[in-house]
Amino acid sequence: MEEIKNIIESLLLVAGEPLTIDHINNILTQAEKKEIQNALSELSKEYEARKGGFFLREVAGGYQIRTRPEYREWIKRLIQPKALRLSKAALETLAIIAYKQPIIRSDIEHVRGVNCGGILRMLLERRLIRILGKKEIPGRPLIYATTKQFLEVFDLKDLKDLPTPEEIITLGEASSEQIE
Amino acid sequence: MTPDECYQVQLENIFEGPMDLLVHLIKKHEVDIYDIPIALITEQYLKYLEWMKAMNIDVAGEFLVLASTLTQIKSRMLLPAHEDEDEDEDPRLEIIRPLEEYLRIKSAAEKLAKRDLLGEDTFVRNPGQEDYLLNREEAVIDVGLFELIDAFQKILEHISPIGRMEINADTITVRDRIVQIVDIFETKESVTFNELFSKNADKSEVVVTFLAILEMVRLSLIRVAQHTQTGIIRLFYL
Repeated sequence: MEEIKNIIESLLLVAGEPLTIDHINNILTQAEKKEIQNALSELSKEYEARKGGFFLREVAGGYQIRTRPEYREWIKRLIQPKALRLSKAALETLAIIAYKQPIIRSDIEHVRGVNCGGILRMLLERRLIRILGKKEIPGRPLIYATTKQFLEVFDLKDLKDLPTPEEIITLGEASSEQIE
Repeated sequence: MTPDECYQVQLENIFEGPMDLLVHLIKKHEVDIYDIPIALITEQYLKYLEWMKAMNIDVAGEFLVLASTLTQIKSRMLLPAHEDEDEDEDPRLEIIRPLEEYLRIKSAAEKLAKRDLLGEDTFVRNPGQEDYLLNREEAVIDVGLFELIDAFQKILEHISPIGRMEINADTITVRDRIVQIVDIFETKESVTFNELFSKNADKSEVVVTFLAILEMVRLSLIRVAQHTQTGIIRLFYL
């Protein structure tokens, strides 16, 4: 068990992208998936107990070692990754696609009431969304959906992990948020 | 910049679309979205459109679509309700439903933005080499094409005036020069722009080297940066 845990930890350290249990299982054939799952939660508990600079996150269907958000300012003195910085409009468009996928452009535009061609192109370039195909209706519009990259960037396990939007917005709260 | 242009930028940021303007008005007047005083909101909405026009802002067609929807709802509200037809639904539902949906999406977008974003709040190992920040003393700025051309002009000025323009059979191609430059980068991580031009280079060699640099930038093989104080241009291998 200890050994399996250490092997998995070493894999997690080197892997560039989130490692799925299946992927680990392909490498570590002698261990059962259940054991791998247990080892992963053990590791996660250890990191939580240690409260060090990193933790284990379950993202995009896999597991990945990530730095704790409280140290972000220090990391940013070391590296400057390409800024994610999405505008409010881009975030809203992305949210529409995330919650309503698969979705065609006219349905996206219907929600915001604005043309979103430029934003879609930008989201495609950043690989946050992808084209699933064409819908079999007149005009054969493109169908959009989010990518694995989207889950990775937004720290989501899967699409079910998307935050639940507020059902009813009381205006008092909404406006105080605005001021903040 | 004229005052008009100032306004234009600001307003475009505030109201990215007609729904945004509607939400703004509802918040501003602190009204319940399920009981919108349609006459007031419609009047306000149209007033904002007037202001935007007065400030020379192109009011997009989408704004007008919502304006006509609002006006239509307003007029339907004025019609006497037929008490016997209880299936008559509130005309305002036509605007409440999309409004609800838009508010839901807005809230979802805000929640997404607050998560621990990769590359913003949380990081993984193996950052790309280009992500590393250079030492502060070596503050550099990325160089644009025009700075490169200036530097190239200076190199051309220093070509030996003897001007040996004889045609060599073994003139090097841009592709070969790229391979040579990559070889140089194998040994060091960065070189200065001038280092790549040998002192006694003839014009064709200088041109080929310059074209090779441009091509490498285009292929994002290298990054070109200029030291803020010394003005020395350095090329970094990515």
